[in-house]
Amino acid sequence: MALRILFKKPCFPIPSHYGSTVPLRQFKTFSLPELPYDYGALEPAINGEIMQLHHQKHHQAYVTNFNNALELLDQALAKGDASSTVQLQSAIKFNGGGHINHSIFWKNLAPVNEGGGEPPKGPLGLAVEEHFGSLEELIKKMNVQGAALQGSGWVWLALDKETKTLSVETTANQDPLVTKGASLVPLLGIDVWEHAYYLQYKNVRPDYLKNIWNVINWEYAGEVFKKGGA
Amino acid sequence: MMAMASQLLLLPNLRFHSNSQSAPRVISNPICRPLKLSKFQKRYKQSLRDSRVLAFYGRKTPPYKLDALEPYMSQRTLEVHWGKHHQEYVDGLNKQLENSPLYGHTLEELVKVTYNNGNPMPEFNNAAQLWNHDFFWESMQPDGGKSPWGGVLQQIEKDFGSLEKFRDEFVEAALSLFGSGWVWLVLKTKEKKFAVMKTSNAVNPLVGGEIPIIGLDMWEHAYYLDYKDDREKYVMTFLNHLVSWHTVALRMIRAEAFVNLGEPKIPVA
Repeated sequence: MALRILFKKPCFPIPSHYGSTVPLRQFKTFSLPELPYDYGALEPAINGEIMQLHHQKHHQAYVTNFNNALELLDQALAKGDASSTVQLQSAIKFNGGGHINHSIFWKNLAPVNEGGGEPPKGPLGLAVEEHFGSLEELIKKMNVQGAALQGSGWVWLALDKETKTLSVETTANQDPLVTKGASLVPLLGIDVWEHAYYLQYKNVRPDYLKNIWNVINWEYAGEVFKKGGA
Repeated sequence: MMAMASQLLLLPNLRFHSNSQSAPRVISNPICRPLKLSKFQKRYKQSLRDSRVLAFYGRKTPPYKLDALEPYMSQRTLEVHWGKHHQEYVDGLNKQLENSPLYGHTLEELVKVTYNNGNPMPEFNNAAQLWNHDFFWESMQPDGGKSPWGGVLQQIEKDFGSLEKFRDEFVEAALSLFGSGWVWLVLKTKEKKFAVMKTSNAVNPLVGGEIPIIGLDMWEHAYYLDYKDDREKYVMTFLNHLVSWHTVALRMIRAEAFVNLGEPKIPVA
């Protein structure tokens, strides 16, 4: 009987005579990643004030709320509370998605003197030409879709890791790219939430989309592409 | 018919807003041109073939000067929000309606029709945002906020328990909204009571058949210049210093024509 309990997968706090009373399902808390460049390094495409607010306030808020939601989820699971578990999903999707998306976003950007804006070379460059005709066409397509997006969301250059094709996708709010397709991997993401550009560009989202290409880090996208999204 | 046509800005409209950038210039109108033209008019009249409707809808001007809401909502915000965003919705909608079968609706009707029961048409975003912003400017006033009084306060206390509970619910709805959207105080037509409602993007309570009483824009463009990411401060400022309870009372009076709220509670001496 003791052996059966030992081999059963524990899903409740183990009583004290077996050891600690801490729930077994420990999770790692998420933290705000460091920016690999200064806040002002992306000027004049994105000014320092926006970068600082975006990173220190918005992204931090997503991380904090993500951790809180996960803790509440942990408690709900420990109690076996099904309705709370389901209810927390939207907060997890929103805040977790925000954390994931912004973590990718910081890597997608680079100062001009560190290669930002330099066109893609190698296999990714060829793939872009194959799927879109030219880099200009891809940029135009992404800008059109980004500008047309209503409300808040992201515009992505996606790699389908199964068919090895590139595509341009948009997601609403903080939905991660996988919500558009389970095999999609983000190569590039552009945040078109108003907080990403409002202080500098006000309502002129197309200008923001035009200028951000000067600081896009194609090297990172190329590495992800090479790994095939693994 | 005349009223609707004037709403569609087909008639020379005496309500042209002099400082509105969207006042449409109707060149001439085959229905309403004078029968006898003066010499001046005969010389300068446009031919019938030139008459063309240039705009179907226009936006309302806020009923206060653009700097009147300082320091709670800066003039710069209003200049961009009303002058640029609101205008974009007008221009976008008029462009979309140029060759469209959607013709002859009032703006409210257009919002409901383009919502298409949950499968919105492309015109919905512009039409609904146009309506929402008209509603928003009128929901605020200089020296606003403080507390409601009289019948409005009675109704709030009846439906929420207390004014504080209403404020808490309103703030909580605003802060728990994911992404862009609006927060509303609505009068629910079936339940015949007040409720706080939050909607995403351009959706408004009209599409659900409810009567909106207060609308607060929670899109980032509404507060980012003044409050950056501090949404809570923005909502609290709205409730404390901006919301126009006077307009709320007027809207309630109109709403009572559609919803029977029952006998007022007259205190017995």
